[in-house]
Amino acid sequence: MSDPIALTVQDAVCLFDVSPPFLDRVLSGARRRVLRAVDGVSFTVRRGRTLGVVGESGCGKSTLARMIVGLQPPTAGTLRLEDMPRADGSLGRPRVQMIFQDPYASLNPRWRVGDIVAEPIRELKLLQDEAAVQARVAQLLETVGLAAADAARFPHAFSGGQRQRISIARALATEADVLVCDEPTSALDVSVQAQILNLMRRLQAELGLTYILISHNLSVVRHMSDDIAIMYLGRFVETGPAEEVFAAPRHPYTRLLLETIPDVQRPNRDRQPLSGEVPSPIDPPPGCPFHPRCPQAETACREARPALEAHGGREVACFLVR
Amino acid sequence: MAEGAIRRWLGSDMGLSFRASPVAVASLAVLVLVALSALLAPLIAPQNPYDLKQVFIDKAEIPPIWMRDGEWPFLLGTDPQGRDVLSSILYGTRMSLLIGVAAVAVSMTIGVSIGLAAGFLGGWVDNLLMRIADTVLSIPTLLVAILVSAVARALLPPGLREPFAAVILVASISLTGWVQYARTVRASTMVERRKEYAQAARIIGVSSARIMRRHILPNTLTPVLVAATLNLGLAILAEATLSFLGVGMPITQPSLGALIRIGNQYLFSGVWWLVVFPAVQLGLIVLSVNLLGDWLRDALNPKLN
Repeated sequence: MSDPIALTVQDAVCLFDVSPPFLDRVLSGARRRVLRAVDGVSFTVRRGRTLGVVGESGCGKSTLARMIVGLQPPTAGTLRLEDMPRADGSLGRPRVQMIFQDPYASLNPRWRVGDIVAEPIRELKLLQDEAAVQARVAQLLETVGLAAADAARFPHAFSGGQRQRISIARALATEADVLVCDEPTSALDVSVQAQILNLMRRLQAELGLTYILISHNLSVVRHMSDDIAIMYLGRFVETGPAEEVFAAPRHPYTRLLLETIPDVQRPNRDRQPLSGEVPSPIDPPPGCPFHPRCPQAETACREARPALEAHGGREVACFLVR
Repeated sequence: MAEGAIRRWLGSDMGLSFRASPVAVASLAVLVLVALSALLAPLIAPQNPYDLKQVFIDKAEIPPIWMRDGEWPFLLGTDPQGRDVLSSILYGTRMSLLIGVAAVAVSMTIGVSIGLAAGFLGGWVDNLLMRIADTVLSIPTLLVAILVSAVARALLPPGLREPFAAVILVASISLTGWVQYARTVRASTMVERRKEYAQAARIIGVSSARIMRRHILPNTLTPVLVAATLNLGLAILAEATLSFLGVGMPITQPSLGALIRIGNQYLFSGVWWLVVFPAVQLGLIVLSVNLLGDWLRDALNPKLN
């Protein structure tokens, strides 16, 4: 149960300055505007486990992912990767890689698959000998369910699911320990989604990978995750073990989100649709950011912002949860 | 090897589109013929018009061979110094093509580098480079070229002016020519660098310089290829214009433009062949290059396939 911690995120904040250009501010008196993409998020991920992050479009999931892999420096707070033992026994910083949403944009169209997968090996000088690099590429391609001969082909010869396998092979080529998967299957056919998800689970079991799975697809998250975090407007509103959260959601937003999952057993159940749009992260509502859409909102919700507090095995940010 | 490559290309999508376009085939054929004849000028030209031992003043102003007084081997006649017009055109085409290709190569190299840097680095670098590009664009190309040529000529000692005439021309054409490449490459660089494959390379830890060179550059070159083809025609024309205006190639090593300028002086004395044939050759080259460029632009545009 108590696997060592792989990633600790402490009060991570990411703000974007979306002010109009300097001249406009001077001439028309426009004010500076700041978009709070991620607004104080803290969590830990244990090694070999999967954290699922769920939320609607624009809630800051992807910015969080980009911060974890280092593409986006946090405005405040820290994201710390804990040293972990490597294959040779030494302690080292874990390598973090990312699996992207769009398999058609994530592979350079002018590179052969073999070169794409070999790039991290050559760049990080993991293997010196060119023959060893080729052998490793062949092995990686077979690990993800492709043929070694596919190394000589170009990405356009592959389907979306196969390209996603190539992306995974490229990530594994770095000897990655942590994979941040930003909507890894949402661009794929449903039948292919399951194959990719099962491949990811198999690799996790074989290689002890740690996943941070970003998705808006609740079924995918439920299938994959040990823990789950529900994100709303740059903050976590509910976190906890995935099964518990799915079995008994406590935050009103989580409840409404889970309501949207179609249920084969009860196709015509009385559902309460999630109304309204996510408010703008440039100008968030006062108090609890969810109160304009919350069916149970009270006066307190409009005035103060609830903090994430422990309730049993999980944390919920809501005044109504006691 | 080369034959196999050509055969494979003819079987590819682009090769099929090429074979289906008679205009493209004809343009390429004309260009190959013109380029070969220009390159092989010393071997195939009836005389070397700049070797005084081969030029005879008693053969001056002979009309083209199909006219009365026409004389073998002066197929297109001779000029008032007795130089064979066909030979002059072959040598002049060589000079024009050389300067055109060099100008395109230089402006493409400068433009692609600047565009790549501006698009990739963004921020103030981008602003600075693009404002320079705007400034350059706001000055008429010919004005800049004339100015540069004149200044360079004034600065160089007289003995160096003729040997460096071609270099000065290439420089003055490239000085404004790079802007189009820079803008094209900047636009595609800004698209490509946000694509996920470039970000994946960053996560792996590939340096910016390598991402630019190995990932982004190859993906921006398609529009550059089209621009380069179309600009070859423009560069040859610009060279001809400058030479015609007298700030280009000297009489001792004339390009097509210089030939037209020289011929122009004799036009009203009835020696029309001095100006008409070089002009036809120039028109043929520029037309073929432009038609080929148009075809290339359509062939490389995925939306038209």
